[in-house]
Amino acid sequence: MYGLELAGVIEPRTNLPGQLTVLNVSRRRFLKTTALGAGSVFVLGVFSGCSQDNLADWPDRAEPIGSLEEAGFKPNVFVGINEAGDVFLVCSRSEMGQGIRSSVPAIIADEMGADWDRCHILQATGHPRFGNQNTDGSRSIRNHFDDWRKAGATAREMLLAAAAQTWSVTPGDCSMAVHEVRHADGRTLGFGELAATAATMAVPASPAFRPRNEWRYIGTEIQGRDNKAFVTGSATYGVDVQVEGMLYAAIKRSPVLGGRVASVDDSAARAVSGVRDIVRLNEHTFPPAFQALGGVAVIADNTWAAFKGRDALQVTWEASDHDGWSTGAQRAAMDESVRAPGTTVREAGDTDAATVGATQVVEATYHIAMLPHAPMEPPNATAWVKADGTCEVWAPTQAPQTARGSVAGALGVDPEAVTVHVTFLGGGFGRKSKPDYCVEAALLSQAAGAPVKVTWSREDDLRHDYYHPPSAQYMRAGLGADGAPVSWLHRSSFPPIGSTFSNGVTGPGARDLLSGVSNMPYVISNVRFEACRAIAHQRIGWLRSVYNIHHGFSVNAFVAELAHAAGRDAKDYLLELIGPDREMTDLFPRPPVLDTARLKGVIRRAADEAGWGRELPTGHGMGIAGHFSFSSYVAHAVHASVENGQVRVHRVDCAVDCGTAVNLDRIRSQMEGATVFGLTIALKDGIEATDGAVTTGNFDTYRLLTMAETPETHVHIMDSDLPSGGVGEPGVPPLAPALAGAILQATGQPVRSLPIRLT
Amino acid sequence: MPTYTLTVNGQEHAVEAEPDMPLLWVLRDILGLTGTKFGCGSAFCGACEVHVDGAVQRSCVAPVSGVSGSVVTTIEGLSEDGTHPLQLAWNEVNVPQCGYCQSGQIMRAAGWMKDTPNPTAADVDANQSSNLCRCGTYQRIKEAILLAAEKGA
Repeated sequence: MYGLELAGVIEPRTNLPGQLTVLNVSRRRFLKTTALGAGSVFVLGVFSGCSQDNLADWPDRAEPIGSLEEAGFKPNVFVGINEAGDVFLVCSRSEMGQGIRSSVPAIIADEMGADWDRCHILQATGHPRFGNQNTDGSRSIRNHFDDWRKAGATAREMLLAAAAQTWSVTPGDCSMAVHEVRHADGRTLGFGELAATAATMAVPASPAFRPRNEWRYIGTEIQGRDNKAFVTGSATYGVDVQVEGMLYAAIKRSPVLGGRVASVDDSAARAVSGVRDIVRLNEHTFPPAFQALGGVAVIADNTWAAFKGRDALQVTWEASDHDGWSTGAQRAAMDESVRAPGTTVREAGDTDAATVGATQVVEATYHIAMLPHAPMEPPNATAWVKADGTCEVWAPTQAPQTARGSVAGALGVDPEAVTVHVTFLGGGFGRKSKPDYCVEAALLSQAAGAPVKVTWSREDDLRHDYYHPPSAQYMRAGLGADGAPVSWLHRSSFPPIGSTFSNGVTGPGARDLLSGVSNMPYVISNVRFEACRAIAHQRIGWLRSVYNIHHGFSVNAFVAELAHAAGRDAKDYLLELIGPDREMTDLFPRPPVLDTARLKGVIRRAADEAGWGRELPTGHGMGIAGHFSFSSYVAHAVHASVENGQVRVHRVDCAVDCGTAVNLDRIRSQMEGATVFGLTIALKDGIEATDGAVTTGNFDTYRLLTMAETPETHVHIMDSDLPSGGVGEPGVPPLAPALAGAILQATGQPVRSLPIRLT
Repeated sequence: MPTYTLTVNGQEHAVEAEPDMPLLWVLRDILGLTGTKFGCGSAFCGACEVHVDGAVQRSCVAPVSGVSGSVVTTIEGLSEDGTHPLQLAWNEVNVPQCGYCQSGQIMRAAGWMKDTPNPTAADVDANQSSNLCRCGTYQRIKEAILLAAEKGA
């Protein structure tokens, strides 16, 4: 459950949009110690998930942070204004390329009437007072849009009230201009002039949101706030953190999951110039969760000496249950698993009987390799366990609170003793939601009695990841005389994320099949969905779009095969299968609910923009796929060709319906990036392992798509005023099956395995 | 430990380091110039690219002993204030996502564009495909390079 919530596979029950309370916390003592409070005279906290009743006696009290926590107060947004009129916003989400540090000020500034250029972002440390900070599940905008709007709208109304009081006029005579309040007679008061008075105003219970036509930033092409830092090399990522007196560490971890150190010969490592010490780290127990993996660490004066020393260690390992594992054997086991019935997670009608009576039966088994996250910045963290028992951590983390809790647990200290500073993330993709590397740094700092930065090499990263699970999926459909399916059977086998958090997990459960299997949107009378056994031999984790990767692939690729078998146009067949416009409340018991009209909308849009149906040269083809995930709808139309067994992708048209669009530029960039991410999955080798150990080591064996292989990508954003959906992940799932459809059309050969290897 | 002399971004440094320490770690861990990034350590990704005596070099595999006496330019020294035409174009096109690989991408482009100041899209593909970006910003990198060329990088 825990992992699934973090992964966005299921929605956490807390921190859903809804009940929000805004408080004037300008005079709270705890704020004085923060960067925001120190200079601001007007400060608002937005609290979600607690009622006004709980807060009733609070506003008149000035309490330290600890008491606030105990009372359950979780302000997740702060807005502050100093006397110079600068606006300060606390960003509680991690920046990893999605542009949240540009989107948050855009939203608040629009509601507030602030000038975006005068809004300054402060990055929140990991703490429960900021609400759920887990930056994954494509949740930042979709879950917090209203929080941030409410913060801005509250500030706006209080600034207006402050101006009215200053001028002794009614608020109705005042209006919000840009970064100043204007009186009907032309007088103005700037935010800085109003801040102190605004801090004494009553907090409006339900401030009005500004209408869309008054938005100046939301829904536009917003310039990246941190561009200059990125292009001048001045942005501080985790790996760039420097702390006075810091030492550097690298760790030799068991090549096989669960291997324990049998013996260590560290004489050669100790002889390496710059190596200070060798430290044994206890091996993790099962389930591994976010524990440090353990092993043997080298502590040195610089990263290079740490790497060299680590490579010079001679370590032998005890036998592990996973010694015999190989990716080939695992695939064979999953193939075996889906040949037989699994556990039925949903069934309607009589699939087997309908298949017997079908005109034509199509069967296929789909595979996807095990996949790594491979963020360009490998995992790393710096920790400093101080003499007073407190610990500071600097880390590129998507989950600062989880990091805080995991570090506190490993050190045996109260979480309040741990401060997690969130740096820029050099890519995340889900890897940096798992703070095992933060725990390593903390344990090593404790051992060394000094600040320690642990840096993973690329080999460490690719060999000790929380991998996206390899999968096998068996699909069977019976087609009627008209070519439409009368039956549908889907068996899915993969080691689920739950195996990382619980012992004894032997395959996916019903929840694991919710991302596009048992709640697929096609109108077919006889259906059955089965979860099939698969054993994890590595830590399994969520990777950008999670199970939607393999489910979106198999379901969409299979529909293209059915259309082909029926002699029908793939797009028309897909749209007909989705059927009438409806909200699928039966299969989506709580929001977000799949709306078939929106799904068909993106499919049509992608097809139209791609020129679906136009004549293509011999050897060329076009494929299409659509998938709903993370509250958004994405369709890809892919134009590809095959020559001498080599696939070339010429053009991708991506249509996305993510509801209300906040930052058009970042929506487009996420879809462009998802195309490259999806094509890497489709075309490049995944992770390989033999004798229990991952053999893939660096970017020579895990190859990323290159610029020359990247197709022209056109992103089409649907205009919508519905609630915002996610953007970071939903662009990944439809790409590979759309490419599979294109290859099927070009060659007549179905694509059933990723990476694609044509013979 | 031997001492090596390097001129980095116009400033001369005497660096004490083991002969085999790659320039990358000299820059990052000894000189504190962290704009040059560690991505793979084996010259596969290009995140660590700098200019050594004017030529693009993967600093993660360049032992300091081999570059002693050289003039090194890193992303921090490409321009004084971030106004190199490539940096401006990168901003205009909103290229960066996470940003981590971008210093290497920019240093690479700044290197080969000295010989190919008016590249075609195919030239960009040919010269820039050695640099990896996991976020997938390739289309915009290409656009920014062509824009910078148009404006006279």
